[in-house]
Amino acid sequence: MSDVTSRVALVTGSSRGIGRSIAELLASHGHRVAINFVSNEAAATEVVSAIEAAGGTAVAVKGDVGDEAAVAAVMAEVQEKLGPIEILVNNAGITRDDLLMRMKPDAWDVVMQTNLRSVFLCSKGVMRGMLRGRWGRIISLSSVAGVYGNPGQANYAAAKAGVIGFTMSLAKEIGSRGITVNAVAPGFIATDMTAALGDDVTNAAAEKITLGRLGLPEEVASAVGYLASEDASYITGQTIVVDGGLAL
Amino acid sequence: MERSQIEAKLTDLLVDELGLERDDITMEAKFEEDLDVDSLGVVELLMALEDNFDVKIPDEEAEKITTVGEAADLVSQKLNG
Repeated sequence: MSDVTSRVALVTGSSRGIGRSIAELLASHGHRVAINFVSNEAAATEVVSAIEAAGGTAVAVKGDVGDEAAVAAVMAEVQEKLGPIEILVNNAGITRDDLLMRMKPDAWDVVMQTNLRSVFLCSKGVMRGMLRGRWGRIISLSSVAGVYGNPGQANYAAAKAGVIGFTMSLAKEIGSRGITVNAVAPGFIATDMTAALGDDVTNAAAEKITLGRLGLPEEVASAVGYLASEDASYITGQTIVVDGGLAL
Repeated sequence: MERSQIEAKLTDLLVDELGLERDDITMEAKFEEDLDVDSLGVVELLMALEDNFDVKIPDEEAEKITTVGEAADLVSQKLNG
């Protein structure tokens, strides 16, 4: 790892799952990390404690990143406690799966708000500081659902495909200023989100995966950690698929 | 602040922040057409104006700026009411 500069990172939705692994990895690289959460303060505090116990620096910052006022408050709090955000990881995401025939407009709207509007709001929120510093990393979590589609996830897949288009467009807008914008698209990863699908669904999924198993949150985090590093300075507008060879 | 002071400070910012040639800068010069400053460059200039003149420039007003003189007008209006 040639990356030795300690930077300020915000990881949205990082009290558990993939977000937590990303936060812990960035902290282990020496970055000062803001752990954003919406409701589970105990879990966020636990992540902060784990990072501090390992010798890192982290703060928990509450706020719904799909909400404009909340994002402004989160940005202000991180700025005050840690400084200007140099690494933004748009990780916060939810699912409200249903067949399209049965999907309520609310299930569409809330997934768009949390998974896509949040990416817009948070990226816009960090723009000034990154332009000023002439350095920045924006990494957003997409999904294989957004690349290949997935039945029952029209809302989630649309939001996650939206993340990819957003990533390519913003990369072109601000590439000349030393800011890279990329996405990571995980496949089936063992988290609470996939556990909710049940053993039958996850076992069937594992059979279709080239590597024959679900991925671990740490295996997604390592791709994010790489994109956040100096080593990835010439990569922008890309989506790295971390799916164990699902589509091969 | 005097208009001439605003223009002088603005010119310094354009040279220092956007790397423009001092000789090319006139109050009539258009950012995008004459000075080859892209739209993101104009946004960055407005950020620098906010920092250096300690004013707030709302997006709706920032979007109307096309020339150096208009940027000076906006700063002057913000500073002197």
